[in-house]
Amino acid sequence: MNDFKVKVKDLSLWYGTSRALKNISMDIPEKKVTAFIGPSGCGKSTFLRTLNRMNDLIDNVTIKGEVYVDNINIYDKNIDVVNLRKKVGMIFQKSNPFAKSVYDNIAFGPRINGISQKSILDEIVERSLKQAAIWDEVKDRLFNSALSLSGGQQQRICIARSLAVNPEIILMDEPASALDPISTSKIEELIHELKKEYTIIIVTHNMQQAARTSDMTAFFYMGDLVEMNRTELIFSNPAKKQTEDYISGRFG
Amino acid sequence: MLKYTIGFNKRKSEAQEKLVVFNQKKFRFSDWFAEKAIKGVAFLSIAVVILIFIFVFREAFPIFRMDKASTATNTEVLVQESYGGAETETGSSPVEDKQVDNSTVTATPTDRPSTTLLSNTWMPVSDNPRYGIWPLFLGTMKVTLIALLFAAPLSILAAIYTAMFAKPRIREIIKPVIELLAGFPSVVIGFFALMVMATVFQEMFGYASRLNGFVGGIAMGLAAIPIIYTLTEDALTAVPKTYTEASLGLGASRRQTAFSVVLPAAVPGIFAAIVLGIGRIFGETMIALMATGNAAMSSINPFDSVRTLSATIGAEMAEVVFGDTHYSVLFFIGSLLFIFTFALNALAEFYFKNMVIRRYQAKK
Repeated sequence: MNDFKVKVKDLSLWYGTSRALKNISMDIPEKKVTAFIGPSGCGKSTFLRTLNRMNDLIDNVTIKGEVYVDNINIYDKNIDVVNLRKKVGMIFQKSNPFAKSVYDNIAFGPRINGISQKSILDEIVERSLKQAAIWDEVKDRLFNSALSLSGGQQQRICIARSLAVNPEIILMDEPASALDPISTSKIEELIHELKKEYTIIIVTHNMQQAARTSDMTAFFYMGDLVEMNRTELIFSNPAKKQTEDYISGRFG
Repeated sequence: MLKYTIGFNKRKSEAQEKLVVFNQKKFRFSDWFAEKAIKGVAFLSIAVVILIFIFVFREAFPIFRMDKASTATNTEVLVQESYGGAETETGSSPVEDKQVDNSTVTATPTDRPSTTLLSNTWMPVSDNPRYGIWPLFLGTMKVTLIALLFAAPLSILAAIYTAMFAKPRIREIIKPVIELLAGFPSVVIGFFALMVMATVFQEMFGYASRLNGFVGGIAMGLAAIPIIYTLTEDALTAVPKTYTEASLGLGASRRQTAFSVVLPAAVPGIFAAIVLGIGRIFGETMIALMATGNAAMSSINPFDSVRTLSATIGAEMAEVVFGDTHYSVLFFIGSLLFIFTFALNALAEFYFKNMVIRRYQAKK
């Protein structure tokens, strides 16, 4: 239960010459929710994106250090980034369904993996949508455009879409920051459900959200990992002054 | 009562109070003049386009009621010098004509050009002039198709490469270089086609006439590549980055992302690019004039010589008798070109661009 799914050792990252992450080391437990908090520009999203090598898309990025997923260093030369990303899925801040039907959105992942049999696809689509707690809302309009749904529904479609490729880790980059409170609470309930089967890492600006949803919390400041501990300890009895100042709203 | 004051000390604000009266409209001449002048220039340019439009149609109109003026124009035609590939010496032309022409028109020659307009022969300068624009139309279509089949795949693939695969540094070189081609004078491309490409292709394929639709089509394709490329590239880069991220985040490869996410999302924009490319090819005159051989044949063989609509105007307008039937027919061809390119541009502008906008705005 308390195995570490992701282990990070001395990770540093530079955008050009400016250093965005400074010697970060942390262990992320399996089948738990880990939240990253911190003020804007502190490096938490950048750090999240190093965990499935999304930063590869950006030019002029230098990364040093090691990230182990299931004890394999994902910055090794032999790593297949495409397969890594199948294992480590990602949900973005802005919901980004493709301009396709709901069904085609969910079936996209399985299809690029070569599944074309309709009965299997149907099954995956239904299972993923049920897991993402949106099946009841969209089952009658699976073939309508995903863009016709509301923002909160779109975000859950995106979650379902990433579940359809059977990831083990789901990275969420402020998944509810653009949503209204009701949609947000739905996403949070969903996170609660999903952690039974998946390791979830979530970046959030909303400290209540971190407190509500996560088991572990890491506080980032200016590219440093200031403190990481069990969520209730971080919020009740932080070890560092900076953390306390931040969560009590004195800055950030 | 509300008083609006500016300034820090009271004395100054009292002084300024008089200046900031805004319950009375003030006439500002320079603003008024600038506004009117800009408006005037805008309307002038629109008016010029509309006037050209009207002029072209007005000059084309007489062909539909030329019967009365027929005798006058006929004598004028006889005086004319002969030119063009399909034309022979004026003296012997009646005999020749009868051999060439199998259409029913020959039996009862008429000067009403609208009856010969759809015939199979373009022979505007002869005793028995025929203004069949069908071979010209067919030739234009043939060249356009060849040019498109050559230019569209090349430029779309190039755009996919620079938009999605190339490193930024390479992209920054390729994109402007291809766009520079758009500023290439078409006479230079035509010259190159005439002197180099025609010979090379003839050696490669061994066909009979050196200048033909194929050579012309490829040369025009060269002229269309920058347009199709640039617009396709724009369409591809306009696809939200989030699509790419989502796809890659799901474990799709770059190729899968490019071809099954970004490309489908950009399809309307790519169609618009192709349509505008067609417009460019369709109206291209100089390359057609130099590289297609200019013989008005109604054949679908790509290696036969071709006379396009625009090249016909380009070649013949300078030597035509003012007000003649031939003159009107050339203007009629001009208006056809006008309508066709206008329709293509409208299609690209209103239909495809709206399609793009609808796709991305549905998101909000």
